[in-house]
Amino acid sequence: MSLSTQELNFPTRPLKAPLGIAQALTGISGLDELTSGGLPRGRPTLLCGGAGCGKTVLGLEFLVRGATQYGEPGAIFTFEESIEELATNVASFGFDLRRLISQGRLAVDHVQIDRHQIEEAGDYDLEGLFIRLAHAIDSVGAKRVLLDTPEVLFAGLANKDILRSELRRLLGWLKDKGVTAVITGERGESSLTRNGLEEYVSDCVILLDLRVHDQISTRRLRVIKYRGARHGTDEYPFLIGDKGISVLPLSSLQLVHEASAERISSGNSELDRLLGGGYYRGSTILVSGGSGSGKTSVGACLASTRMRDERAIFFSFEESPAQLIRNMSSIGMDLASLVERQQLRIISTRPSGFGLENHLFTMYQAIDEFKPSVVVLDPITDFSAIGNRSEIRAMMTRLVDHLKTQGITALLTSAPGPAMLGEGSNTEADAGISSLIDTWIVLQSFEVAGERNRAVSVRKSRGTAHSNQIREFVISDRGLSLINTYRDAAGFVTGSAREAQQRHDAANGGGAANNDPGKRPGRAGAAKVPL
Amino acid sequence: MTAAGGRQSKKPEIRCEYVFRLFVSGATPRSQRAIDNLQTLCEVHLPGRHRIEVVDLYQSPERAHDEQIIAIPTLLKIEPFPPRRVIGDLSQVDKVLHGLDIR
Repeated sequence: MSLSTQELNFPTRPLKAPLGIAQALTGISGLDELTSGGLPRGRPTLLCGGAGCGKTVLGLEFLVRGATQYGEPGAIFTFEESIEELATNVASFGFDLRRLISQGRLAVDHVQIDRHQIEEAGDYDLEGLFIRLAHAIDSVGAKRVLLDTPEVLFAGLANKDILRSELRRLLGWLKDKGVTAVITGERGESSLTRNGLEEYVSDCVILLDLRVHDQISTRRLRVIKYRGARHGTDEYPFLIGDKGISVLPLSSLQLVHEASAERISSGNSELDRLLGGGYYRGSTILVSGGSGSGKTSVGACLASTRMRDERAIFFSFEESPAQLIRNMSSIGMDLASLVERQQLRIISTRPSGFGLENHLFTMYQAIDEFKPSVVVLDPITDFSAIGNRSEIRAMMTRLVDHLKTQGITALLTSAPGPAMLGEGSNTEADAGISSLIDTWIVLQSFEVAGERNRAVSVRKSRGTAHSNQIREFVISDRGLSLINTYRDAAGFVTGSAREAQQRHDAANGGGAANNDPGKRPGRAGAAKVPL
Repeated sequence: MTAAGGRQSKKPEIRCEYVFRLFVSGATPRSQRAIDNLQTLCEVHLPGRHRIEVVDLYQSPERAHDEQIIAIPTLLKIEPFPPRRVIGDLSQVDKVLHGLDIR
């Protein structure tokens, strides 16, 4: 075997084109979008971060996905964890490391150094490490290499000058080999890595971070540097789930959603008329209203009336699937058979169960898997228990963006705080996200003349000739219906007062209800709602 | 590469035979220096009671992994127990003797 390992070779590379460098897909959900195509091919990438931030898992996943999805075998050099520990890590996202090794798709070498066993007596180099690397790379024809983490060498070897020049040589050597390398490094106090690995890796640097806020920990990822490629510069939350790492990028950094002109039914023809023809496909709808105002029913109504080949997901943060099915069947909606036919999936979680990013991740996963055309979130206000306003807004922006780019119609419900009853619009969560919303339906529930009645109106609906009416909204065992309100000069009449008025009109040979207050005589004793 | 000598036991406690394995990479000046230094050292301190095996890792790269070699040259003391490990061209004789437990 021959090695091209001249002392301290610094290969002079041709100046690369400013755009369009070759990249190697990571296969890691979100990371490829964020880096517009993966890690720089044939070059080293530095992954740095504190203990337990997920460096090793990310590096491993890059290698494993390379070997399994992209036909690129890999060589793993582990300086800290044993092969057993790595195998456990890899198993956590569904792969069998031993099998990949026996199939010749991965080579693993555990480099063990114990300073106490080593006496240094004179000049040396790290050619042994190079020989091992070359041997491992050649044995499987590796295209990807993981070094996790060569910083251990600093603890194991006393002569730092030799170590530094050898690390520099190592990085140059990896580039000459043309392998896409990932090198991990522990975060230092004032530098990216404790031993300044960033000095040697200049093409791509990714920083991982684990932060705990209000007892909920969030992992974040930031691409600090990426020569020759466009990349998002924000911090992106990521999660380590049972399918590996998922980075949650803001799916579009600009507003480039396709605007569909197609209308879809809200599930109720009267509501469709109020909306001027239903919702736009791919739009985002907010339904706000106090408790018991019928938000869930409006959401379920949309979710339950899909065409034959369309699907919907209903994320419920207050009711279990069984509860929701029972409650909706009481108003004539048969969700159970939709669930059976795989047209509807009801996913119930408690908001306080885990952090915002985790919720977002769970929703992304379910959406990617089930491929719905409609998604309902009921209610989003419950997230205020686990995040502040700006965090919820950021999460909703991500989610709405994600849904819009996929052309999914989203309906979010929102309950105002107790002080807002009857007004039901200017809650914290609403105010934060109203700019994301295309259509805003306001439900009101009010007490009048010993009854609790409901009303519905469309506060805004972008690009539609929606009605400006406030309509009475009745939920019965036949579902939702909107009733043309009976008004008088002082307001409109609802509930039994309206029924009395209707009977009165019928007896007097009056036509259908209309809303012209001029034609409607005032009725003493009728329930009036000042609006 | 084996050298054996007579038995002049001035120090009875090191009567047993010393077995060394020296890992080098090709015929670099540093490798050659390590081999020369080791031979000189053995002849001075362990005359006739040592055996040296030199392994060129370019010829058998798999042994780098098997024997956990990182630095070159690396000297392993196989016998007597306990095993010891010294890296470098072995030019610092005191450190070599200390590292190998020879005194």
